[in-house]
Amino acid sequence: MELFTNQVLAGIATGAIYACMALAVVMIYQAIDHLNFAQGEMAMFSTFISWQLMQWGVSYWAAFLMTLAFSFVAGIAIERILFKPLAKAPVLTNVAGFIALFAIINSSAGLIWDFTIKQYPTPFGSSPFLGSQLISTHQAGMIGVTVLLLLGLYFFFQYTRIGLAMRAAASVPESARLVGINTSWMIALGWGMATAIGSIAGMLIAPVVFLEPNMMGGVLIYGFAAAVLGGLSSPFGAVVGGFLVGVFENLAGTYIPGVGNELKLPIALALIISVLVVKPAGLFGRHIVKRV
Amino acid sequence: MTTLLNVKDLRAYYGQVQALHGLSFSLNEGSLVTLLGANGAGKTTTLRAICNMVRSTGAIEFEGKPLNNRSTESIVRFGIAHVPQGRGTFTTMTVEENLQLGAITRKDSAGIVSDIERMYAHFPVLKQRHTQVAGTLSGGEQQMLAVARALMLRPRLMLLDEPSFGLAPLVVRDLFGILGKINREDKVSILVVEQNAQLALELADQAYVIETGRIVMSGKAKDIANNEEIRKSYLGY
Repeated sequence: MELFTNQVLAGIATGAIYACMALAVVMIYQAIDHLNFAQGEMAMFSTFISWQLMQWGVSYWAAFLMTLAFSFVAGIAIERILFKPLAKAPVLTNVAGFIALFAIINSSAGLIWDFTIKQYPTPFGSSPFLGSQLISTHQAGMIGVTVLLLLGLYFFFQYTRIGLAMRAAASVPESARLVGINTSWMIALGWGMATAIGSIAGMLIAPVVFLEPNMMGGVLIYGFAAAVLGGLSSPFGAVVGGFLVGVFENLAGTYIPGVGNELKLPIALALIISVLVVKPAGLFGRHIVKRV
Repeated sequence: MTTLLNVKDLRAYYGQVQALHGLSFSLNEGSLVTLLGANGAGKTTTLRAICNMVRSTGAIEFEGKPLNNRSTESIVRFGIAHVPQGRGTFTTMTVEENLQLGAITRKDSAGIVSDIERMYAHFPVLKQRHTQVAGTLSGGEQQMLAVARALMLRPRLMLLDEPSFGLAPLVVRDLFGILGKINREDKVSILVVEQNAQLALELADQAYVIETGRIVMSGKAKDIANNEEIRKSYLGY
């Protein structure tokens, strides 16, 4: 029983990270109808920025906040420079854009900080949380920061005018323009926020997976699995999907014989395919019905 | 009476296809003008050209200021509210959120709150459903919501694209009654595109008849409604 509780809590902790990545993916998907394959690399690069800041003597939380600001601006810049010109381009052109972005960021990080694995600090420590062996303080911190982030985002989108305008721009762009919303800037803002959310995921998971240019590869696949499971059209679904995938991954690794750590990733991929076959809109997604 | 909207030699294109062939018309401050015509005549295109939602040439002036080459969202800030064909409802959001979106360019939060109440007085059914997701409303209710959303801008000019489309005759009567009231009491100028010519002519001061992208007839709505020849050859009733 203790093993079960332990695995569930650990699953929730990593699930929090998947939830952040899934949310970032869904926010951009809602805005431009494309999956951002480079979301993980963008998060990795941000994490390196925070690491570099700490190397230069900046304290953890100051570096954390400065990285958030950097990521927000960088996300907007990427949208303005690369994806705004591609807005009306065919799907494959966009896919090529994302793959290029992936490769560019990955190689640049390798060039600047090389490919050796680096330790990344945690501000929460890694002692047992509240004296319990079930969960570490860092895992509790991951869950806590994510919950705060999600609450903040919920209030932003539900109760602020700019949040309302962003939702409107994503759901019916033409009507949004007709009430005076600059939809193009709303998309850029969405990129900025998604990039900042991704950077939080990167900084929280880095102490666990260690810092290196390929650190987010696996994490992003789990994020995709979470987004597909919850439904690409539903930010709420993406978050729930993140936690479910985290728990499922841990339980499968523990209880299904032969799975272990090595087969966890194929399980995420199998999950993506099963959901796409059985319920393509995901658990909370809307079916898009188009008149023909 | 001053001219609010002046359109001169408007030509519009969908790709290579020209949809409007040099349309000119004007609308006086405070008036209610209707554009009539059959399917494909260019009525919707005219409204879309005013809001720069389709490529066009020619002069479009609002209070003497040119609207050409401005983005759709900046044209809204002149006080031009466009209710598009199909109503443009934000179907996944609540009725109240739809109304708030109509006022998204305004800064006076107290005025917005009181205007939402005013809309609920105009359209009591919207008050009953204010927390409901707008996509669950009936066609008539969604059209009411679309008009209310447009009014939340406190517009100088409202552009309405076939407000009667798909609605039961009684609901249409209701809606047109409200539009007339808004025009008279709130001093909102209205440009309405309609296939239901009879009803539109009852409501309007001035009418233009469009055929294949050109204006073929214009005059006082009353005169056009009383001219049997025009009615039979262009309006089909």
